[in-house]
Amino acid sequence: MTPTATETDIALRAHDIRVSYGQVQALRGADFECRAGEVTALIGDNGAGKSTLVKVLSGSMAPDSGELFVAGRPFRATTPTDAQTVGIETVYQDLALAPDLGPVQNLYLGRELRKRGLLGLLGFLDNKTMTASAAQDFERLGLRVDTKRGSVREMSGGQRQGVAVAKAVSWAKSVVILDEPTAALGVVQTKGVLDMVRRVADNGLAVVLITHNMSDVLSVSDRIEVLRLGQRVARFTRAEATLENLVAAMTGGTADASAPRPAGD
Amino acid sequence: MASVNTQRTPSTTGRGPDPAPASTRRGTSVVTQHPLFVVTTALVALLLIFTLINGPTFLSAQNVRNMALAGSIILVLAIGVTYVIITAGFDLSVGSNLVLSGVVSVVVMRAVGGQGWGAALLGLAVAVLVGGIVGAINGALVAYADLNPIIVTLGTLGAALGLAQVVTGGQDLNDVPPAMMDFGVGRLAGVPWVVIAAGVVALIAGIALHYTAFGRHTFAIGSNKEAAVRAGIRVRAHLTGIYVISGVLAGLAGWLSLAVYGTTNIGGHSLDALNAATAALLGGASLFGGIGSIAGTVIGNAIPVVLASGLVIAGLQTFWQQVVTGVVLIAAVYLDRVRRLRRGRGRRGGSTPE
Repeated sequence: MTPTATETDIALRAHDIRVSYGQVQALRGADFECRAGEVTALIGDNGAGKSTLVKVLSGSMAPDSGELFVAGRPFRATTPTDAQTVGIETVYQDLALAPDLGPVQNLYLGRELRKRGLLGLLGFLDNKTMTASAAQDFERLGLRVDTKRGSVREMSGGQRQGVAVAKAVSWAKSVVILDEPTAALGVVQTKGVLDMVRRVADNGLAVVLITHNMSDVLSVSDRIEVLRLGQRVARFTRAEATLENLVAAMTGGTADASAPRPAGD
Repeated sequence: MASVNTQRTPSTTGRGPDPAPASTRRGTSVVTQHPLFVVTTALVALLLIFTLINGPTFLSAQNVRNMALAGSIILVLAIGVTYVIITAGFDLSVGSNLVLSGVVSVVVMRAVGGQGWGAALLGLAVAVLVGGIVGAINGALVAYADLNPIIVTLGTLGAALGLAQVVTGGQDLNDVPPAMMDFGVGRLAGVPWVVIAAGVVALIAGIALHYTAFGRHTFAIGSNKEAAVRAGIRVRAHLTGIYVISGVLAGLAGWLSLAVYGTTNIGGHSLDALNAATAALLGGASLFGGIGSIAGTVIGNAIPVVLASGLVIAGLQTFWQQVVTGVVLIAAVYLDRVRRLRRGRGRRGGSTPE
């Protein structure tokens, strides 16, 4: 149960990340890693530093100190687009979709395909190809979406989250970060999104799942990393994890006999 | 009261979207569901009414030409304002910008002293440049200084008009080159050149808005600015560009206005910005951004014009035009809202928090 992964198996690794907001130390030497083809859950109580770590991993915040490695190579991002260029996509909690645009338009937002030749140079869109390709993307993820639908505003919460995930997945080359993807969803819709998350990992991407919901964690994760007070305090594989020892690690309570390996190996 | 609420809650928050009513509604009313249904119906109704009252006069070539001419200049403004409104912004300054662009244009043409097309084209370049500069100021203040667009353009509304009066000492200028006046009254196959110019602007603006990446990003910014930023769209530059477009079109409208009327008419454009916004809103544009079309603006712009002409022909006071336009505007927006609410409830269980 101690996989000695080489650096390249690890799609994204963060080491000794420190971030302070004035007097408050949000991250105090946090470590994190996730692997291709696996769902890695990042859990922690409120204030543990999850959101800050997500911002660092997704490139929307530069840490005060610490290192990031993408597929073993050092990486330093200052904007979300920097992270995108190395293959990291993030789905944010508050659904970064344009509600008045359709699912296909959202999927391609900012990266629209243009027609060939002169019309393309003038910025004319190739809607036909985008729609066909989006339909494939949706189908691959098991997402039932009418690609002709005029706006995602009219879709259900689960479908919209599905579009948001599909958008990230279709562009991600190595890592997809999902920040509370099921927070606003009902039971059935949550299952749909989690199934989708599983398929994304099975397709070979590294998935980072940030969530409060322990049953989501236990049902879909391959690995679980626990953050507390700005540091990684425990790591579990799915086989090792139980609700009890996850909660114990998150809250700093005494873990039972099957204690996880200590962090910072 | 309480019992009413508790009765309602389950049915409105239930997740089952009861597919049967929704699909029949969609099946039977594709036409009525179209965003331009209300305003198009209103326009057709007006055209029918005035045709019945006095068809031969109302539909005469002369009157149709006059209506088209009267609507053209505001249409050019309204197209720019439509772009701005789609980004969830507003531009109150277009009327003043039109005046300032016209004034500076006349001053430059007078200084050069030409009577022909050379001077006229120079004047066009100057008008478009001045309009673009005012638009760039608006855009920079909205996009980079994060100021409210209504406040910014209220400021430039006053500033541009004041500046125009400073330049002219408050007097209207009438030294428009003859070549330009010829253009103002000239026609191609019976259609005034000014109308053709407005039509070309509308065509290009419509194609750019609905078929290019530029247009799609414009909708995206108005729909969810944060999403646009995260998608890597250069939102600030794009927004600035939108206000520049609005300003450039105001400059063009200023030049067209000079060509048609031969004077700067400093005092005559105080309501232009509101008329342009009315056209855009009648045409389905949403002040919340993300929604709007050039076709809608063209139809919305036609309503006050048709009213003004038709009322005169019907022998009524033209002041009724403003009354009816106001009523149509409110009715169109209200009906659109009702329709959208109903449709939203039918399709997603009505529980989505906005």
